[in-house]
Amino acid sequence: MFQVRIHGRGGQGVVTAAELLAVAAFNDGRHAQAFPSFGSERTGAPVVSFCRISEREIRTRSPIDEPDALVIQDATLLRQAGLFAGLRSHGWVLVNTTKTLVAIGVAGFVAELPENHVLGLRATEIALQHLGRPLPNTVLLGGFAALTGAVSLAAVVTAIEDRFSGAMREGNVAAATEAFNLTRGMVGTWATRERSAVGAPPD
Amino acid sequence: MLRQIEGSRAVAEAVALCRPRVVSAYPISPQTHIIEGVGSLVKSGRLKPCEFINVESEFAAMSVSIGAAATGARAYTATSGPGLLDMAEAVFNASGLGLPIVMTVANRAVGAPINIGNDHSDAMALRDSGWIQLFAETNQHAVDLHIQAFRLAERLSVPVMVCMDGFILTHSVERVEIPTQEQVDRYLRPFAPQQVLDPAAPVSIGAMVGPEAFTEVRYLAHARLLEALVCIPELAAEFERVVGRPSGGLVSAYRSEDAETIVVALGSVVGTVKDVVDQMREEGLKIGVVAVTTFRPFPEQALGQALEGAHRVVVIEKAFAVGGRGVLGAQVDALVSDRGTKTYTVVAGLGGRSIPEASLRRVLGEAIRGELGAMSFLDLDRVVVDRELARMAEDPRRAPSTARVPRDVRENAARIV
Repeated sequence: MFQVRIHGRGGQGVVTAAELLAVAAFNDGRHAQAFPSFGSERTGAPVVSFCRISEREIRTRSPIDEPDALVIQDATLLRQAGLFAGLRSHGWVLVNTTKTLVAIGVAGFVAELPENHVLGLRATEIALQHLGRPLPNTVLLGGFAALTGAVSLAAVVTAIEDRFSGAMREGNVAAATEAFNLTRGMVGTWATRERSAVGAPPD
Repeated sequence: MLRQIEGSRAVAEAVALCRPRVVSAYPISPQTHIIEGVGSLVKSGRLKPCEFINVESEFAAMSVSIGAAATGARAYTATSGPGLLDMAEAVFNASGLGLPIVMTVANRAVGAPINIGNDHSDAMALRDSGWIQLFAETNQHAVDLHIQAFRLAERLSVPVMVCMDGFILTHSVERVEIPTQEQVDRYLRPFAPQQVLDPAAPVSIGAMVGPEAFTEVRYLAHARLLEALVCIPELAAEFERVVGRPSGGLVSAYRSEDAETIVVALGSVVGTVKDVVDQMREEGLKIGVVAVTTFRPFPEQALGQALEGAHRVVVIEKAFAVGGRGVLGAQVDALVSDRGTKTYTVVAGLGGRSIPEASLRRVLGEAIRGELGAMSFLDLDRVVVDRELARMAEDPRRAPSTARVPRDVRENAARIV
């Protein structure tokens, strides 16, 4: 079981991101379960969503307390207490930022995780370029696929194509693909671990 | 077709496959996505012919459903929590009139204080309304139960509530196999109403019945509802033949055959309990779980058989009778206590509180060691409760403060961290 927690703000597509990730995992032939946290539904308020990916049927409805990966859609949330709570020692972190990991204050934290498991990606910039709107969610999914290997880019693209239409569809596919390639450029290819992220943790 | 789909959307698709002629609803969280989904299928023409009627309240939604069913139309509605209570009088009318309406209850807590999270207080408040009540464990189960519900309702002329956990199921995106229209048409034939209001041949229904006959009327409604205990397994078996998947029925057992400890629960928490059962079996404990799929009519015989041989039964329930005991727990206790089986009621998941596997393992361990009370509340913050009880003791007229308790809980949590 590979468990992901996505943090962002209302209006950034946090819930959609978890749903798209679940659809992508399904497209890859896996079982997946996406669910939002419930309560505040105001634009700008902190929002959390979750996704489980597994080779087997997912039965549990318990909360995800020990995620394998975190996606931080808004770097202003890094100051929030408990953002990294429960992250497993082999975990991955993908942050939407134009700054370095040192500049956003997670360098010390990064040192505790395996090499190339934490990455900052300029997702809002890429989104603005392709969509004309600051919606980082699909961009980060592309980056997430390259960073963790938990889903394939093809599955993410298909999930996006099923969800959106017209210019948003093309823009989101282009944005996710660019993020995927950019991330590969930064962390290297994971050809040998394409599907290893699910189940037993690599490294 | 196998799809990765939100529970609400999957249920909307299933309802549309059942071809209701009239859908009437008032939006309320967490039911909203279901009714939006059905609405968009009507608007796009995929569900045709169907009249989607926007109404001003849940009372109106059920009243429209009653009117539609009485004129011979297949009728569907959906609601949650306070919405179900708003329509309560009409809910009783629907069953009293023998109208086969199907309603989804996306289970939600009932205030005050306002809470939109999941528990079963809504369905339990109307458990004695004369409706059949089915509880879904997964979104696949919810889809299958809706299709069976229309068939069951129309076979017995009794309305059916399909209960699915709000947010936990309605807002989860997971794998669901949606049957084909051909399969559903084969399973569920066009509605042949037992009674039809027709201006050309006027009749009255639901007219006054005095004390000389009201007991007999109620007895007959009871007898009719009990027929569902025979009907439900038959219709589940037929569903399996047509759709190729076992689903529905009265109760559903998992690893309980040789179990000394059996958990009994309703709805989506059963999935979590199954994982906990597997973990505890690994440790050598003889434990299993029985899901009560049909809660009304209460499947005494089927549940009694499923619990045979258990030393103890732990009922996990998302509602309780305030000032009394558990609801399901009390019924299970009445069923097995004279066999010497010890029963425990654990109230859990109120108002959307999550039910962690670790908490379930702890409480089940306590039951096995004989350390658990007959009735307990999972993860109750004892410090906060005791503090408020002390304040109340100082001034007996003071009601528990719903403003101060959340603050105390936050403070207490901060101190623990």
